[in-house]
Amino acid sequence: MDLRLRATPPHATERAAVDAVLGPPESGWVGGVRRSESDGHVARGGHDMRTRRHLLLPALHAVQDRLGWISPEALNYICQRLDIPPAEAYGVVSFYALLSLSPQPPVVAHVCDDLACLTKGAGAICAELERTIGPAGTPSADSRVTWHRSPCLGLCEQAPAALILAAGDSPHTQTLSSIRAADVVTALRSDHAAETIPMILPQAGDTGLRLLRRVGVVDPTSLDSYRAHGGYTALRRALELGPSRVIREVTDSKLLGRGGAAFPMGRKWEAVAQAAIHPHYLICNADESEPGTFKDRILMEEDPFALLEAMTIAGFATDCQQGYLYIRGEYPHARERLAGAIAQAHARGFLGENVMGHGFRFDIELRRGAGAYICGEETALMNSIEGYRGEPRNKPPFPVQVGLFGKPTVINNVETLVNVLDIVLHGGLAFAAIGTPGSTGPKLFCVSGCVTRPGLYEVPFGVTLRELLALAGGVRDGGSLQAVLLGGAAGSFVTPDQLDTPLTFEGTRTIGASLGSGVVMVFDDTVDLKAIVLRIAAFFRDESCGQCVPCRVGTVRQQEQLQRLLTGHTLSTLPEELTLRADIGQVMRDASICGLVQTAASAIESALAKLQLLTPSRVS
Amino acid sequence: MGREIIAAGLVNDTFIAQATDGFEEYRLAVEPYTLDYAERETGVPAALIREVAHAYADADRAMICWTLGITEHHNAVDNVLALINLSLLTGHVGRYGSGLNPLRGQNNVQGGGDMGALPDRLPGFQQVEDDALRAKFEEVWGKKIPPKRGWHLSGMFEAMERGELTTLYIIGENPAQSEADAAHALHLLKGLEHLVVQDIFLTATAEMADVVLPAAAGWCEAEGTVTNSERRVQRVRKALNPPGQARDDTTIICDLARQLGYDWGHPTAEDVWNEVRRLSANHAGMSYRRLEELGGIQWPCYDEHHAGSPFLHGRLWEEPVRGPRAPFLAVEHDPPVDRLDGVYPIRLTTGRRLDSYNTGVQSGGYRSPLRRGETLDLSPEDGGRYSINEGEHVRISSRRGSIVAPVRYDSSLRPGLAFMTLHFPDEVDTNQLTIDATDPKSGTAEFKATAIRIEKIEPIGGHLAAPLKDVRPAEQPD
Amino acid sequence: MTEASAVRFIELTIDGQSVRVPEGTTLLEACRGQGIATPTLCYLENLTPVNVCRVCVVELEGSRTLVPACSRRAETGMVVHTDSDRVRLSRRMVLEFLASSVDLSLAPAVGEYLRRYNAHPERLGPPAAGSERDFRPVGHHHQPDGTTAETVAQPVKVDNELYIRDYSRCILCYKCVEACGVDAQNTFAIAVAGRGFDARISTEFAVPLPESACVYCGNCIGVCPTGALMFSSEYELRQTGAWDEAKQAQTDTICPYCGVGCTLTLHVQDNQIVKVTSPLDHDVGHGHLCVKGRFGWQFVQNRTDPAKE
Repeated sequence: MDLRLRATPPHATERAAVDAVLGPPESGWVGGVRRSESDGHVARGGHDMRTRRHLLLPALHAVQDRLGWISPEALNYICQRLDIPPAEAYGVVSFYALLSLSPQPPVVAHVCDDLACLTKGAGAICAELERTIGPAGTPSADSRVTWHRSPCLGLCEQAPAALILAAGDSPHTQTLSSIRAADVVTALRSDHAAETIPMILPQAGDTGLRLLRRVGVVDPTSLDSYRAHGGYTALRRALELGPSRVIREVTDSKLLGRGGAAFPMGRKWEAVAQAAIHPHYLICNADESEPGTFKDRILMEEDPFALLEAMTIAGFATDCQQGYLYIRGEYPHARERLAGAIAQAHARGFLGENVMGHGFRFDIELRRGAGAYICGEETALMNSIEGYRGEPRNKPPFPVQVGLFGKPTVINNVETLVNVLDIVLHGGLAFAAIGTPGSTGPKLFCVSGCVTRPGLYEVPFGVTLRELLALAGGVRDGGSLQAVLLGGAAGSFVTPDQLDTPLTFEGTRTIGASLGSGVVMVFDDTVDLKAIVLRIAAFFRDESCGQCVPCRVGTVRQQEQLQRLLTGHTLSTLPEELTLRADIGQVMRDASICGLVQTAASAIESALAKLQLLTPSRVS
Repeated sequence: MGREIIAAGLVNDTFIAQATDGFEEYRLAVEPYTLDYAERETGVPAALIREVAHAYADADRAMICWTLGITEHHNAVDNVLALINLSLLTGHVGRYGSGLNPLRGQNNVQGGGDMGALPDRLPGFQQVEDDALRAKFEEVWGKKIPPKRGWHLSGMFEAMERGELTTLYIIGENPAQSEADAAHALHLLKGLEHLVVQDIFLTATAEMADVVLPAAAGWCEAEGTVTNSERRVQRVRKALNPPGQARDDTTIICDLARQLGYDWGHPTAEDVWNEVRRLSANHAGMSYRRLEELGGIQWPCYDEHHAGSPFLHGRLWEEPVRGPRAPFLAVEHDPPVDRLDGVYPIRLTTGRRLDSYNTGVQSGGYRSPLRRGETLDLSPEDGGRYSINEGEHVRISSRRGSIVAPVRYDSSLRPGLAFMTLHFPDEVDTNQLTIDATDPKSGTAEFKATAIRIEKIEPIGGHLAAPLKDVRPAEQPD
Repeated sequence: MTEASAVRFIELTIDGQSVRVPEGTTLLEACRGQGIATPTLCYLENLTPVNVCRVCVVELEGSRTLVPACSRRAETGMVVHTDSDRVRLSRRMVLEFLASSVDLSLAPAVGEYLRRYNAHPERLGPPAAGSERDFRPVGHHHQPDGTTAETVAQPVKVDNELYIRDYSRCILCYKCVEACGVDAQNTFAIAVAGRGFDARISTEFAVPLPESACVYCGNCIGVCPTGALMFSSEYELRQTGAWDEAKQAQTDTICPYCGVGCTLTLHVQDNQIVKVTSPLDHDVGHGHLCVKGRFGWQFVQNRTDPAKE
């Protein structure tokens, strides 16, 4: 490709950061020293070079981590190294919230003002930060720190929360829980990462736990500890059973995907295993970004080897040699734990050329997201790995046919995969006996908001919402329940009269709700639900990728109109506005490309239908 | 490449046996041209030559396309023959998606030749020295045609030098600026007794003319046809009224004929075309109506039911081959005439840039943001060797002339190779440098290989080379 | 070159009619073959379908959502409805969304679409005033008050003398990006940048075109459906009110430059070329040109008026 590049070279630090990911440049054509003997004769490029485009996001992270922003020269150098047109690379960088295209201070606080944190006072914290540091996005007076408002950081059980990212030679990160504004300022000014707060599992000690049985028990940094707690027995069993038998067990288990779409796992695995085109790829979708969701983070932080083991089984069953673990950029601790676990698994032969001496080859590469909810959509995630904008692809073709790098791909959520361990160990039928006939197995719920003991809960499918809330100690301070948001921003509101609904796929469907990613966010009567609903509308507008019209414009119109409905300043009569409300919802569900916007109206519609939020109309 | 294809056993034996002659002689002739020899001679790594040779030979279908980098040499025809030999070795000819394709640099180079604007051809690419063909034309035209071929362009200049050619009628050429060794060409043009120029511009050549016939622009102020690189005849149409007294070429020529005593009437472009169709079997099936309907037709197109021919030489694949077998014609390496030495150590090659065209009389008219004026493009190594920074002016001299231009680095150039265009002759007359050594077979001058030296000019009292027009605003100092 | 014998046919039902089409046919092609008018905005015959505008959606029985006709291939047994209530509503909403946020006054097809689908973009609110939109960071936005509908109105970009970019008219159909990229020019001077409603067509760091990789082929202008990309000659005439399509003639001829032989459609007003297009269905160029063919015609217009000499 004949790229037009800038004349100005990158700063030595930028160059070093990029080279650390891509290796040293081979010739003058890719930004190295010009070899006068050969560079005037030979320019290597084309397809060979472009196969490395998937390294774009890792290279961008390297520069962002080192300098806190991506300068034109640094971007230019990355483009030269990977043969990517600068305009395309700019399009990619500008897609992600955690990458900056303008200079900013090296230390940045991302302060969550999303649903769970909003119920716990995030609004006041942000207002305080505006006073002490300055408006979000502007540098502090001394230009050393800044802060941004952030969508859900997946720390809802510790709300209100913030994430500190400090760029530099040794970049560090820190998550802050139950914060006050002063905590954020202190952390911003600290030059080292503080100790992380120990994880509290409300059900600790419960011997009936399956998915969470090692959480808080095992040492997540030690492979030996993992093995001492039963680790890698499922993989050994899978290797004995063989791929087709493993798939049969998964099919028998009737395991449905836990990421929100509830697709039968056995069918997905079967399709990829049988796909004639090779190679096959496995992806673990750890881009857990649905507001209110934090289950996968806890699994990854506290039991990382379990996920690796499950991925290895999935790879074995579906004839993949390469797995990608795509984790959202806001999960630095989980990423560290997984990176350590992958290294140990490699060193000990649980990953690599010859897994457990069985002649099976499998590797896992850890990929980091950069702040984009949409990348949790499976095809957007694939585009993100490949070095393109995280825009969802039109389906069909489905990933099992044409997935990552255009090859058959199995993509599963973290919780889904971890279920596979028990399925292999105890058999699919035993697994299917748990829960209900339509919803088998255990299920994790992310309980947050106004409850006594927010946190991650594991229950068998079929437990009612009331029982789950009781497990979490009920509404905090003996308050009265106003509503529950079930399934996250893409889910729907449930009212106190619906608490006896069983938490199953089919049970929630009967009340027009869905389990989504297992979010149970509780609002007592002190919470301003209008603010919550408006935040949901803002979330979808902020996170729309912008590709298709129903989402790009629809999420803005939805937000504008919701403001009118909630304030009563309508443009026309209330019935006319409600017709428009319905029309907007329908085109988003019917005509958009991906699942994001197909669910972007559901929580808002349920709130308007069930909660008395409308202000009497005053046509303006 | 040919030797490597043979040595690696990648030749298409069946095709060679069935459709070609002279393979054995060719094989012997290329034997000394090993990859190592080629690397020494060209600087291109042997491994790369091998890679290209294998890729070409192994491909299901492969096409060789070239432009003037092959043909503007003193041994232009030999260069083309060398490419033809490769296609014969591998059988990449005479089939869809294969073949040899000289990309024409002008919209009607192909058509001009097809219509007889070659010294040895009549319209329809028919040999003037073939008695039967000539007789066919003489019968229709009612006139005798000189039986011998004429001069090509370089031959005409040689004839001017000998005093044999004293009167010239030029239609749509600007030899005062486009010829190699421009100073010499200008001298010869000035020596003519009578010069007539028919053009849409008052070119540098027209400025010298005794008579100027203002012409309409063929592509938008007149009707007619042109033929593109793939032999596709297409219609051009009148969209604008020509300015002032300008008239289309047919009208001018018919008027001139009338003045000379021949009344050819007032034929339309279609009338003229239909005469071509009558006399050229290759064009017979191309009525204006069909050209419109099909968006152009590729010759040969023998009758009004013939769809045209996307490729030629399909006969080579017929068993047995219809017509003569295709000969291998071995050629030897022959370096450029203008030798490099201690005084002229740098090789200058010339060409075009995307937004400009030839001597710039057409392309100079629009405000291209890409245009940056003439530069001497050098490899960064040469820039360092001669201590010249980008933007500095240098004097560039060849054995024939000397000009001044600013330097620009181009890392796609290897050390020892420099590049310039011909687009800005009024500011930088590159053809003052070029050599008029011509290929005796094609008459093309060796524009692509001039020996030059460069000297840095120290600015003296602002009397540097005139500042270039059209320098992009973005590149001007604030 | 496909051999006729190798083509397989597919039978499906469109609006109750049984239809037989060759394998690989899209639903849009099948609909057009049946004479069913299907609105399109981001689709063009000579580009890869990106199916982002969603105005061509049709209802496919068994599919939870509507499907884009432009890219969805016909399959045996499909039952398709092109004018159901769901289809009409989605098309109407897409048109209202676009018309409420983008200046569509120069989009030739849209006026008719708006009428056909009874679209009333004004019910989404009066258009908000515009501003610079090049450097909006992703993430949080100010909460709108709902009294106006946000638009993409922004200043026109005039950074070279050949063509202008008026992104107030941009519906983000991706066609220009495709034409600049692998579908035609392989220059990649522009791409989509930003996210959501702030997504935009941009060079790297929004540099002006002369600092970008742009080679001024103008193929982006050729594919732009809304007049966001426009010849400077047309823009200037429109600014002075002199642009008059009724007075314009279009004549096909062949480019006067190289030997490729691209067809130029000259748009001539008052004996002046005012813009150049190229037919999409021509074998030689498929509607795409280079800078010389698109813009290099000034040399026949730099005329001195003989009357004044």
